[in-house]
Amino acid sequence: MSRRTTGLAIEADAITRSFGETRALNGIDLQVPAGTVYGLLGPNGAGKTTAVRVLATLLRPDGGRARVFGHDVVSEADAVRARVSLTGQYASVDEDLTGTENLVLLGRLLGLKKPAARQRAEALLAAFGLTEAGDRQVKKYSGGMRRRIDIAASILNTPDLLFLDEPTTGLDPRSRNQVWEIIRAVVAHGTTVLLTTQYLDEADQLAGRIAVVDHGRVIAEGTPGELKSSVGSGTVHLRLRDPGQRPEAEKVLQAALGVPVQLEADPVALTARVGGDGTDLDASKQAARALGDLASAGIVVDDFSVGQPSLDEVFLALTDHPAVTADERDDQLEAAR
Amino acid sequence: MSDTATTRTGRAPSVYVPSAEALGTVLAPGARPPRPSALSASLTFGWRAMLKIKHVPEQLFDVTAFPIIMVLMFTYLFGGALADSPRDYLQFFLPGIMVTSVVMITMYTGVGLNTDIEKGVFDRFRTLPVWRPAALVGMIIGDVLRYILAAVVILGVGLALGFRPGGGLLGVLAGIGLLVVFSFAFSWVWTFFGLILRSEKSVMGVSMMVLFPLTFLSNVFVDPGTMPGWLQAFVKVNPVTQLVASVRAAMSGSSDPSSTMWMLLWSAGFVVVFGTLTMYRYNRR
Repeated sequence: MSRRTTGLAIEADAITRSFGETRALNGIDLQVPAGTVYGLLGPNGAGKTTAVRVLATLLRPDGGRARVFGHDVVSEADAVRARVSLTGQYASVDEDLTGTENLVLLGRLLGLKKPAARQRAEALLAAFGLTEAGDRQVKKYSGGMRRRIDIAASILNTPDLLFLDEPTTGLDPRSRNQVWEIIRAVVAHGTTVLLTTQYLDEADQLAGRIAVVDHGRVIAEGTPGELKSSVGSGTVHLRLRDPGQRPEAEKVLQAALGVPVQLEADPVALTARVGGDGTDLDASKQAARALGDLASAGIVVDDFSVGQPSLDEVFLALTDHPAVTADERDDQLEAAR
Repeated sequence: MSDTATTRTGRAPSVYVPSAEALGTVLAPGARPPRPSALSASLTFGWRAMLKIKHVPEQLFDVTAFPIIMVLMFTYLFGGALADSPRDYLQFFLPGIMVTSVVMITMYTGVGLNTDIEKGVFDRFRTLPVWRPAALVGMIIGDVLRYILAAVVILGVGLALGFRPGGGLLGVLAGIGLLVVFSFAFSWVWTFFGLILRSEKSVMGVSMMVLFPLTFLSNVFVDPGTMPGWLQAFVKVNPVTQLVASVRAAMSGSSDPSSTMWMLLWSAGFVVVFGTLTMYRYNRR
């Protein structure tokens, strides 16, 4: 069993899984190359967590096949468990215990003798900046510290494949950056990481490849660059001073950019995608021209920005429905769990 | 990313900056230790239960205060009416109330498991390559210590109130031993309900519905001889009746082989049936 594994870490073939009436996974296919960070991107309730739970042997699929390093997740679950580790969306350490106790407990369960488990716990706490917090109960940790002890617990045995289920949701920017650095270090040492996230920029920062998941299936797959250029490299957001000028602004923009312009719920806001061929300079040029045209038409613009497409926009482009409607689905899923 | 730490004065000095080198040292793969034995894994989970008691000692309330209240309440409530005096009643009643209290406490196994699942920590345990029942067995090992504590507390109160067991120390130990064996087995009923029910509250609800008839419709409080025939039929097959009869016999210095045998058969049945159901659900959840 070599640590630097080549080939595929995960092969999932048409996995389905339902909770009562809700179809959480609708024939999901994945090929995750070993030694990389692979992003599963999607809104709440898209099926990301369910997919992770199936791959981590926590949930049996209703149909389809999944293999982790060549081992079937159902019939060879133990072989899979020996090589993977999971940091769930919820605390996956015991909140009543201290940081040290949690790590020693897991070390013992992975077969370390007590002194070795204690040593390993100390080393991990030091590397994750938790030495001082080692003797405190985890429930007294801040959000960022909790995430760190979670990840420390996950790499106790340096797994070949690490599942990180929305590791930065709810974290402040600094803690989020810390988690990103940790993920980079983990993958640099040969561990494959399957990361789920709702944020395009997170997937963009970390993942070599991304699968966009919606309604339990993969609707797009590729490198971050490929995905973004399929949507348009940027989005123009603008806000007018006078809502009465919006119909005119829409016309001017449409003429300047040659793309459909979207009217937002906010009566002074408009959005349009630019740079369809994927070059950023192109997007800037088009945006500059549009701003000029608006000024010559006598339209007062209060706020103008060109940015990366948000997850919502990627979604809209890929599915023709916004990502947020999935919230209700999420509630259903929660209840079905 | 690390710049903010230096420019802001007055911030806690312990702003964590992940360092690739420090992380590298803990990520360097060592040889994987061999997988722990079933016993060692179960005991490690038992150690977790001990740690939880250490950190949340309030959870011992139900194994100390509750049994004391039960003993005092029923001894003085029924003592005068059912026997010549509370003290006389106690000689008959104490083994029974000990069984009732401990059997009632077994339901917290289900409640505790349900809470663990809710919090997500069981997801990690279930992805570990260890003997599958270890997490649950360890949890019940921890609970067994609570049962012993409750039994000892009740015995202490009983002795203070005038309970004088004819079987002496050995008889009392044998009685508590039988009770612990049964309670260990019976706990598997609650691990099953803890897995299939959705909330802590519903686990409590179901356990009350099971435990009240089981403990009250028995020989704990009165001699079943005065009950109507249909009720006697239930009382006779009730495992709690068999358990109370064997504990009573052991503590009084005699033995009741038939009740003891039935009670052990019931215990084996609970482990086989509910242990299997529990593990089925645990693996498939």
